[in-house]
Amino acid sequence: MSFSLPAAVLAELERILPRYPNRAAAILPALHLVQKEFGHIPDEAIPCVAAAVGTSPADVEGVATFYTMYNRRPVGKHHLQICRNLSCSLMGAEHLLAHLSGKLGIRPGETTPDGMFTLSVVECLGSCGTAPVMQVNDDYHENLTVDSIDALLETLRAGE
Amino acid sequence: METVLTTHFADERYRRIDGYRAAGGYEGLRKAVSMPREAIVEEVKKANLRGRGGAGFPAGVKWGFLPKDLSRPRVLVVNADEGEPGTFKDRLILERGPHLLVEGIAITCYALMIHRAYIYIRGEYVRETRILDEALEEARAAGILGKDMLGTGFDLEVTLHRGAGAYICGEETSTINSLEGKRGWPRLKPPFPAVVGAFGLPTLVNNVETLADVPWIMIHGGDRFAALGCEKNGGTRLVGVSGPVVRPGVYELPANANLRSVVYDTAGGLRDGKRLKAVIPGGSSTPVLRADEIDVTFDIESMAKAGTMAGTCGVIVIPEGTCMVRALSVLMNFYAHESCGQCTPCREGTGWLKRITGRIEAGEGRPGDIELILDLCENMMGRTICAMADAAAMPARSFIEKFREEFDRHIAERKCSFGNRF
Repeated sequence: MSFSLPAAVLAELERILPRYPNRAAAILPALHLVQKEFGHIPDEAIPCVAAAVGTSPADVEGVATFYTMYNRRPVGKHHLQICRNLSCSLMGAEHLLAHLSGKLGIRPGETTPDGMFTLSVVECLGSCGTAPVMQVNDDYHENLTVDSIDALLETLRAGE
Repeated sequence: METVLTTHFADERYRRIDGYRAAGGYEGLRKAVSMPREAIVEEVKKANLRGRGGAGFPAGVKWGFLPKDLSRPRVLVVNADEGEPGTFKDRLILERGPHLLVEGIAITCYALMIHRAYIYIRGEYVRETRILDEALEEARAAGILGKDMLGTGFDLEVTLHRGAGAYICGEETSTINSLEGKRGWPRLKPPFPAVVGAFGLPTLVNNVETLADVPWIMIHGGDRFAALGCEKNGGTRLVGVSGPVVRPGVYELPANANLRSVVYDTAGGLRDGKRLKAVIPGGSSTPVLRADEIDVTFDIESMAKAGTMAGTCGVIVIPEGTCMVRALSVLMNFYAHESCGQCTPCREGTGWLKRITGRIEAGEGRPGDIELILDLCENMMGRTICAMADAAAMPARSFIEKFREEFDRHIAERKCSFGNRF
């Protein structure tokens, strides 16, 4: 069966297109829509996005791989993205990362076997005054401690 | 002290258009549309408003770079791609005073005959995007954005454009490429964006805080704004303080606030009886200062005299007990990750800086590694399309210059005397 973008994604894209003087400018929003739908950017979606915005699959692939936020591989239900830049490190981010890694039994870049959690290390999230910080999917969790991380993981697990 | 931006930030209602208006919001725009356009620009020039994105270029002068000829439509790109480590000030404006930005955009576009504005907001700021989107919707419904701004016949469309996680997209020509749906590769200048920018059109790129200052300038005048700061540095700055201080956060301070006072008075000094070791004053790219060097004010000239930069006023406080090799190694990981890969000196240089600082920290440094880092920096700075290579080399050089004995000791003893941790 051939892959195609869901009608809702294409309809949303049509709504976005008039905001730009040319269709190719909508590559970034188009990829955001795809990721929202699938949780990552499936390989099969690349030519579909290219067709929708009137550019080549190579252009879309180039954009999809340039930006860190586009997941080119599937991620867990909860994508834990912990900042390890300087302000967060000074406030204990490395310790928290080790704790998370131990507790989940995975290293950064890996996903738990049940598909619940992917652990990633990211660069500055612009939350330095409330460090250490971790972004989980769309949401920021700030002023983290070992205890608050444990509580957060419980909440996320319970939300299954 | 008089504040320009944060006066009503504690008030939840200020985030919505009704609360914003109740606090005098959109009066700056009302006044601006009753003035000749040149007079608006003149006030901003008089205000000595310097760009708040880090470079500190005078905003009024930048506005003046747009060609006089109106035959080609112009574009405003709002840089909300806050990403410089240690910087979290624009986020405060987006969360607590989104209409300040919307009003600043409206005044600026009206003054410069710009009918199309794009707000380039970093992709991670999902919550802030939602808040801003709501503010834009409110402003459209109120007849401020869209067709016929406040009955003036002037049209203005504003679009939110989300980034997707790339530090380099805060560099203005990279922002433009990313807005056009491309990889965030900076462009060679000239041509400057004012002549050939977004979609080939004359383009002005301004930071969130810069634009958010504009409504106050309209209401109170450029002279009064200028007087809040010091010579050549008008107004206030949003100073972000991070690291183990008693009160981390964003503070609105005069443009010539004293760094020592920011650390010890405003932020309450260090936590848990820690002692100060070093301060990065303006975001991770600005040269580090030792604890005994922080009697300096935030105005751009004083910071330059002290051998560093005001940058984004993102103050990172580093306590005694921190391994400076490890701290530099963290920063070098960042720059190596974020180099866009276009220019060889930056792509290769940031990679080598990461590897060499990493091996010194791991106790595997070699004699000559410090000289190698300095040589790399020399071959990176000023040799690339954008300032990213300099942004990586400046901290590397300054960490070695200010804390050389720690680097020497790591190499001589073949270990980290701080135990490879913070």
